[in-house]
Amino acid sequence: MSFDYGDFSYASKAEMLEKSREFWNPGKTDFWVDAGVPLVIDRREEYYLYDMSGKRLLDVHLNGGTYNLGHRNVEVVQAVTAATAHFDIGNHHFPSLARTALAEALVTSAPPGITKVVYGSGGGEAIDIAIKTARHTTRKRKIVSIIKAYHGHTGLAVATGDDRFSKLFLSDQPEEFPHVPFNDLGAMEEVLRGGDVAAVLIETIPATYGFPLPDPGYLESVKRLCERYDALYIADEVQTGLMRTGELWAITKHGICPDILVTGKGISGGMYPISAVLVTERAAGWLTEDGFGHISTFGGAELGCIAGLKALEICSRTETRSMVHYISDLIGRGLREIQSQYPDWFVGIRQHGVVIGLEFAHPQGAKFVMRSLYENGVWAIFSTLDPRVLQYKPGILMRPQLCEDLLDRTEVAIGQARSRLPRTDRHTSPRLRTAVPA
Amino acid sequence: MKEATSETAGVPRARQMLELAGWAAAAFARYDRASVMRIAEAVARVAESKAEHYAEWAVRETGFGVVEHKVLKNQLCSRGVVDAYRDHDYVTPRVDADAKMLEVPRPAGVVLALTPSTNPVSTVYCKVLLALLTRNAIVVSPHPFAKECCADAARALGEAAVAAGAPDGVVQVIDEPSIPLIDALMTDERTNVIVATGGVPVVRAAYGSGNPAIGVGPGNVPVLVDATADLQRAAEKLVASKAFDNSILCTNESVLVVEDSVADRFVREMERHGAHLLTAEERDRVRDVVFPEGRFDTTTVGKDAATIAARAQVRVPARTRILLAPFDSAVDEEPLAHEKLCPVLGMVRVPNAQRGIRTAVAVLRIGGAGHSAVIHSRNAETVMAYAAAVRVLRVAVNEGSSTGSAGFGTHLAPTMTIGTGFLGRSSLGENLEPKHLVNWTRVAYSTDPAEVLPSFEGMVPWEAPFEAVPPYPMPSNATVSTLTAMSSNGAGSGDGGSIELREELRRLILEELTAIVRG
Repeated sequence: MSFDYGDFSYASKAEMLEKSREFWNPGKTDFWVDAGVPLVIDRREEYYLYDMSGKRLLDVHLNGGTYNLGHRNVEVVQAVTAATAHFDIGNHHFPSLARTALAEALVTSAPPGITKVVYGSGGGEAIDIAIKTARHTTRKRKIVSIIKAYHGHTGLAVATGDDRFSKLFLSDQPEEFPHVPFNDLGAMEEVLRGGDVAAVLIETIPATYGFPLPDPGYLESVKRLCERYDALYIADEVQTGLMRTGELWAITKHGICPDILVTGKGISGGMYPISAVLVTERAAGWLTEDGFGHISTFGGAELGCIAGLKALEICSRTETRSMVHYISDLIGRGLREIQSQYPDWFVGIRQHGVVIGLEFAHPQGAKFVMRSLYENGVWAIFSTLDPRVLQYKPGILMRPQLCEDLLDRTEVAIGQARSRLPRTDRHTSPRLRTAVPA
Repeated sequence: MKEATSETAGVPRARQMLELAGWAAAAFARYDRASVMRIAEAVARVAESKAEHYAEWAVRETGFGVVEHKVLKNQLCSRGVVDAYRDHDYVTPRVDADAKMLEVPRPAGVVLALTPSTNPVSTVYCKVLLALLTRNAIVVSPHPFAKECCADAARALGEAAVAAGAPDGVVQVIDEPSIPLIDALMTDERTNVIVATGGVPVVRAAYGSGNPAIGVGPGNVPVLVDATADLQRAAEKLVASKAFDNSILCTNESVLVVEDSVADRFVREMERHGAHLLTAEERDRVRDVVFPEGRFDTTTVGKDAATIAARAQVRVPARTRILLAPFDSAVDEEPLAHEKLCPVLGMVRVPNAQRGIRTAVAVLRIGGAGHSAVIHSRNAETVMAYAAAVRVLRVAVNEGSSTGSAGFGTHLAPTMTIGTGFLGRSSLGENLEPKHLVNWTRVAYSTDPAEVLPSFEGMVPWEAPFEAVPPYPMPSNATVSTLTAMSSNGAGSGDGGSIELREELRRLILEELTAIVRG
């Protein structure tokens, strides 16, 4: 069996892995092999991934919602393919056809108060833009985020997250980037009280931390505190936006109109990288003062804007919204049934729409479930910053049969992981104990 | 670039409607009978209350038919349909003790309904109610000539259904139907059954789709009036039927076959009710208008008699409702022997009933196989002989066909979709009714006398929905106040008009939280 991809080919999967180790990233390559998930994604369609071996996997990782609409969604592919006959990345200096069109669509879709859009090429850059925007607006430097938060790996974003990724590159900046515990309003007020905070940056549901849900009223109170201490509220909606909670932007369900809203991942339709920062008029000042303040050659690439327009349109459809409500209900009911069979092992379900975290009664529990799921044809990833919790993220266009199939496989896998736990635990490679980003 | 995407514009979203319909159908298939009937009754009430509104709209939009008759059809296809099936049960499992069989109903799932321009809203009403009575989801694809009234009607019915507890997406409608779009939906594997009412091409396409289909053929209805008929009554019925909605129903009478001995009297009776007998010369002019160069002119569909007469420069009395066009024999090359969806009725005189039967058979050889025929007679033997000879699946006796064959005024199933059966290249040989949209799982016990059929008394695998379907997604740690706040926030999102409401809610929530924080 050889693997011919046109301009390149591999004699075997083993050879591919060897080259991956040699030329690309030995740490990552080895990690997955050791973790029992020796996945090299080959063909991909709908919500399925195929390993080079031909093994098929139902994808409920979706790269944090990048593949919300499925892999190679036909409509997005068609839109991008057609656009290549006319557009390329574009020139970021000039007024642009596609950037303007997507900006208008995003503003129209956004919570009240949002008036302008700034583009990046990925979520990290978008967070950097949001932080810079908040600093410009408030003339203050401090950015508050949540302990164990994850907002990307670029210069400013990485400092807002867990220090695992900042210290490695000597990029932690604790003075300007204080972290507070999630769901702790006292700590939040404490850090804001000095009046020197430019913004609070917070994922509506922190993904990489295993989707702990905000306590009822928590986000609303944070927003109120932001108003009291003149800090901006930056809603990171990269994973919670685009209909995953059954509304286009999860933050609107809290009745919050953020000063800045960040979107990425799914807005690309999984086909062309793009991210966007949606800002209120108050925060949009620098776009008038110095429109060249943030420059990004690939930020808002016009092909990405085309993908984004289509992805946003699909996500915004009433049919999609209703389907997410159905999917969320079916999956939620199914998971609760499974949980009732393993109450001592499968100890918690954190769910809001199709944003779902499954808690297991073992410090590394989700890694075992991830492996069992893989064996049962499902790809879901543990939460990097809380490996008790499995991230379980069904697509927003899932068919009923696909959801039922997913639940059947999940039930078997959770049972298997539990029955194997003691022995598997003893034989776990030390590498499995290190975490990787989602 | 534009061409590449515009060709399939609307198709992906329409496919998504099928997908959503699949979700709705899966949920609906678990509803119990009481819930189903509550939904059907609620939808029928809304439909009936808007019967006039949509009758006027349909005539305005299509230019076909008569408002008051469309009102009647809309009433018959709303309240009439639910009245007809109220005592039927397509939901609860049933036991056939003699056959040692339990039968569990299985709805088709997603019904793709193609509706015509001729009976637009009444067909939408009818198909939606048949689907709801059997726990199916339905996607309506209206004829482009009638798309606005049909889309509005389907939407109103869908809203009524959901308001009565039906799953969201149970009734959907295509706003901008086109041939590539309909083709895509018909061939989509998410379509469980196509119910096609319309012209021959669309029905043939439905059967060619590869999906289960119920499509019906065209009519060309002969009406035999023999010497034993109650002429007065027959004349009144025939003229009323031919004038009904300007002959737009496929069940309308096409060719009158009348026994010579009573023909003159019968024509005089018909004239009393508003028929106008054309002279040979007038007949030729009308033929040229309705069948220019031998082909039916669709601009005459559903136009009234006066309009057609005027086009043919024929002077007719003011109260003329139908034009009676005599010709000699029912042969293919005689255009007037073909189907006429306008108030022009062909007429052939025959020496006796036997010859009349052969003439009716000839009319049906030309068109309308499997559809409908009528006889006005008091002679049971003639009725039997006629029924045995004419290649149709329903014969209305001493009744008008427009409504009678469609199940209004007879005990045929009330419908706008007339099965033409194997004779007429259709899988359906009856008037479309709810039972055609549901299969039954037969749970068969052994014939061995030792094997006893248990009692399934009181066992119903379905239940009433206890909340909106689907429920609004809430965080799994929600409290009562979050539930209230989020559903209000959510319901308002994306709707610019509710910003004030959201702001107000936000203020209330903040007040509540402030109070909590301050302890």
